[in-house]
Amino acid sequence: MAVLDPKGEVGMNERALILGTTGWMLLVVIPVIVMTIAFAWWFRASNARSRYTPEWAHSKRLEAVLWGIPTVIVVVMAITAWQSTHALDPYKPLKHEAKPIEVEVVALDWKWLFIYPEQGIATVNEIAFPVDVPVAFDVTSDSVMNSFFIPRLGSQIYAMAGMKTELHLIANEVGDYDGMSANYSGRGFPGMRFTARAMSQEAFDAWVAKVKAAPQRLDAASYPALAAPSEYNPVAYYGGVTPGLFGDLIHKYRGGPKSHGQE
Amino acid sequence: MFGKLTLDAIPFHEPIIMAAGAMIVLGGLAVAALLTVTHRWKWLWTEYLTSVDHKKIGIMYIVLALVMLLRGFADAAMMRTQQAVAVGPEQGFFPPHHYDQVFTAHGVIMILFVAMPFLVGLMNIVVPLQIGARDVALPFLNSLSFWLTAAGMLLTNMSLVIGEFAKTGWVAYPPLSELQFSPDVGVDYYIWALQISGLGTLLTGVNFFVTILRMRAPGMGYMNLPIFTWTALCTNTLIIVAFPILTVTLALLGLDRYLGMHFFTNDLGGNAMMYVNLFWAWGHPEVYILVLPAFGVFSEVTATFSEKRLFGYRYMVWALIAITVLSFIVWLHHFFTMGSGANVNAFFGISTMVIAIPTGVKVFNWLFTMYRGRVHFTPPMLWTIGFIITFSIGGMTGVLLSMPGADFVLHNSLFLVAHFHNVLIGGALFGYFAGLNYWFPKAFGFKLNERLGRWSFWCWLVGFYIAFMPLYILGFMGMTRRLQHYDNPEWQIYLIVAAAGAAVIAVGIGLMILQLFVSIRDRDLNRDYTGDPWNGRTLEWSVASPPPFYNFAQVPHVHGIDTWASMKAAGETVRVPDHYEDIHMPRNTAVGLVMGGFTLVLGFALVWHIWWMAGVGLLGAVAALIVRAMDDDTHYTVPAETVARIAKHQNLMAERG
Repeated sequence: MAVLDPKGEVGMNERALILGTTGWMLLVVIPVIVMTIAFAWWFRASNARSRYTPEWAHSKRLEAVLWGIPTVIVVVMAITAWQSTHALDPYKPLKHEAKPIEVEVVALDWKWLFIYPEQGIATVNEIAFPVDVPVAFDVTSDSVMNSFFIPRLGSQIYAMAGMKTELHLIANEVGDYDGMSANYSGRGFPGMRFTARAMSQEAFDAWVAKVKAAPQRLDAASYPALAAPSEYNPVAYYGGVTPGLFGDLIHKYRGGPKSHGQE
Repeated sequence: MFGKLTLDAIPFHEPIIMAAGAMIVLGGLAVAALLTVTHRWKWLWTEYLTSVDHKKIGIMYIVLALVMLLRGFADAAMMRTQQAVAVGPEQGFFPPHHYDQVFTAHGVIMILFVAMPFLVGLMNIVVPLQIGARDVALPFLNSLSFWLTAAGMLLTNMSLVIGEFAKTGWVAYPPLSELQFSPDVGVDYYIWALQISGLGTLLTGVNFFVTILRMRAPGMGYMNLPIFTWTALCTNTLIIVAFPILTVTLALLGLDRYLGMHFFTNDLGGNAMMYVNLFWAWGHPEVYILVLPAFGVFSEVTATFSEKRLFGYRYMVWALIAITVLSFIVWLHHFFTMGSGANVNAFFGISTMVIAIPTGVKVFNWLFTMYRGRVHFTPPMLWTIGFIITFSIGGMTGVLLSMPGADFVLHNSLFLVAHFHNVLIGGALFGYFAGLNYWFPKAFGFKLNERLGRWSFWCWLVGFYIAFMPLYILGFMGMTRRLQHYDNPEWQIYLIVAAAGAAVIAVGIGLMILQLFVSIRDRDLNRDYTGDPWNGRTLEWSVASPPPFYNFAQVPHVHGIDTWASMKAAGETVRVPDHYEDIHMPRNTAVGLVMGGFTLVLGFALVWHIWWMAGVGLLGAVAALIVRAMDDDTHYTVPAETVARIAKHQNLMAERG
């Protein structure tokens, strides 16, 4: 159960929220289910021992209780909602001593492009980062809407063309975690999966070196071939990437008629 | 000459689609043959197709809904089959091209061509009778609404064999639904089917809103309205406010696709987020449009089969009004993950939770209606008890999803799919089934077979839990919705269980069909001569079953709620008034049918860019409307003697019964 067995702080807080909220609601849901069965059974027409008061249809005191119970439950949940929504805001950087790793994410038809601006590398359908280091994702799309999601680490965020969304996650345990698009995006959607690999700092450095050694470069010449629709893409490494590519992909939709002319 | 339409549009190479198409054709031929053999064409034409009688129109709506339930369920069965096998190297039975149409069609059909016509059908049959009216305020408009809904439904189903349907999911989010990413006709079928049927729904909303405001029997104040009529009033208010948003949204998408505009495109200033907001500004109220009438059915059924007044009527009404208003300020909870700030997300999360208060109150009031009552476990009551339990679970998972922090990991997962099926099947659909069993004798004059009704209920209930509980688990396992194929072998066993659940539901549907068949065959054994087979409480039970076409020989005077129950308590149940009066009734007309037909032609032509045909469709529909507008002879008078003769005959039947 990926969501209930998270490997990172964000996911753990979200699991706690799910379990806490569910428990709090069960306090009223279970009695309602028991009462439904009990009332229906005890007051069945064939039971001669049950009381029958056909005109009893109103009680101010009872009604106050009936409005009061859900109100109390909801007030408590509303307070939780306000606090947890601010605490878990995906745009909010995680409080941590380590400097976050920056990863730029681009949803394409139908694969994920990851750019590491600091390392100057790019990958397709695989990301890696050290454990216990926050990862700051900037997310966009160069096609339709998708949702960037690694269930074991926590929150997802939409990827939309011409816009940048942000997401902060962290992995607290070494492992390979499934990543996916959580928003249907067309025929290649089922294959839009990637692996998120949380590893030790040394392993990460080695991984970066391996990617850097890859002969392919991601630049204006090679990008169109990558962006063209394709399904079930294998993992790919780019040893170099044109600086500012991520920003350019966003800005090409924001320039109005001019950018249209350039296409 | 035929725009984009060529013979290639018919998928001869897809055996599943061709077989489905053949079944539709054969089914149609079988019905036509049956009508011919039994000499029923004229009867069908005069009694139903051209009728403006709200009861007949209501029956047609429900027939449409039940037929479409079979289509929508067939789609569901295909999805469950596909996901039960399409793991790892297996690609299953359906390639993405087909599977993506199936889940889009399933959503569109179940919501717009099953749930909507079902609830509109129930409102049609029940509301005028409950408020002591002889018809709806605008009977011709009512007929037109039905035929527009039917036209939209036919257009959707034509896409099965001519071209294809949208592959976008039922929400049709741009930019995926834009021409750049969906260049084929699927999205155009979607747009025009929803526009045409949406117009029908909007007209229904106006019609019933006016009917309830203006046509109530003397003495029936708002706090005396039967509770089902109250839910109808709230639902129609929501329709009037919400459906124009859908119309505009789809019109903008249409402008993008047809005239190259850029409302929702990626470039040139378009903004897809605008569509998402607008779609749910309609879509969320739509959910309450679907479920409020079901709440009304449960309220009527619980009171009747507990032999007791509805507990806390006044509070029930205020809870309804609260839900109606609140349903417009929660739409953003459908996209917490789009990157709104924490303040915005928290606001919409909390406003969603607040709806749980009036909803919870309604559940408690149903419980206390049973409390100290005499509960009869008839099929409508079984559906109601099944509903309360199932809906409590669905409500809980819904409130969980309204917590933005929880939604961040559950959004778009099978947990979400399980949740909304939990409330739409366990809430809305169970309510419609309860209503069908409850009011069937009113509409047709005989009861449905109770034993088969119970069996069908149990299959649906058990099947529902087997089919959807695994989806909750799969959501926690990180499985997203709309997957034609997946690689994680751990998911498969749950999907196989879910498919088994769908099979149990299929048995429930089969038993439902059997129930209808057996009941009609044995109708003479289950006749309702009294007009009041359940010892009902509201005015629809004060008239014969089926009611005469004018409903009430004499319009009743109302004092307080549950008028019929108090009349019975006071011994005022004799249906012979002191004098009979002439009754003014609307004439049958084929104009609604003709306009619906031309609109279908218009929609089909627009989908395929056949502009001359679109002109024919539009001109035909407008011409029919003008002909109707010029016709001054749309009503006739039923003489008092005729009314007296019908009433005497029915009283005779009642005494004999």
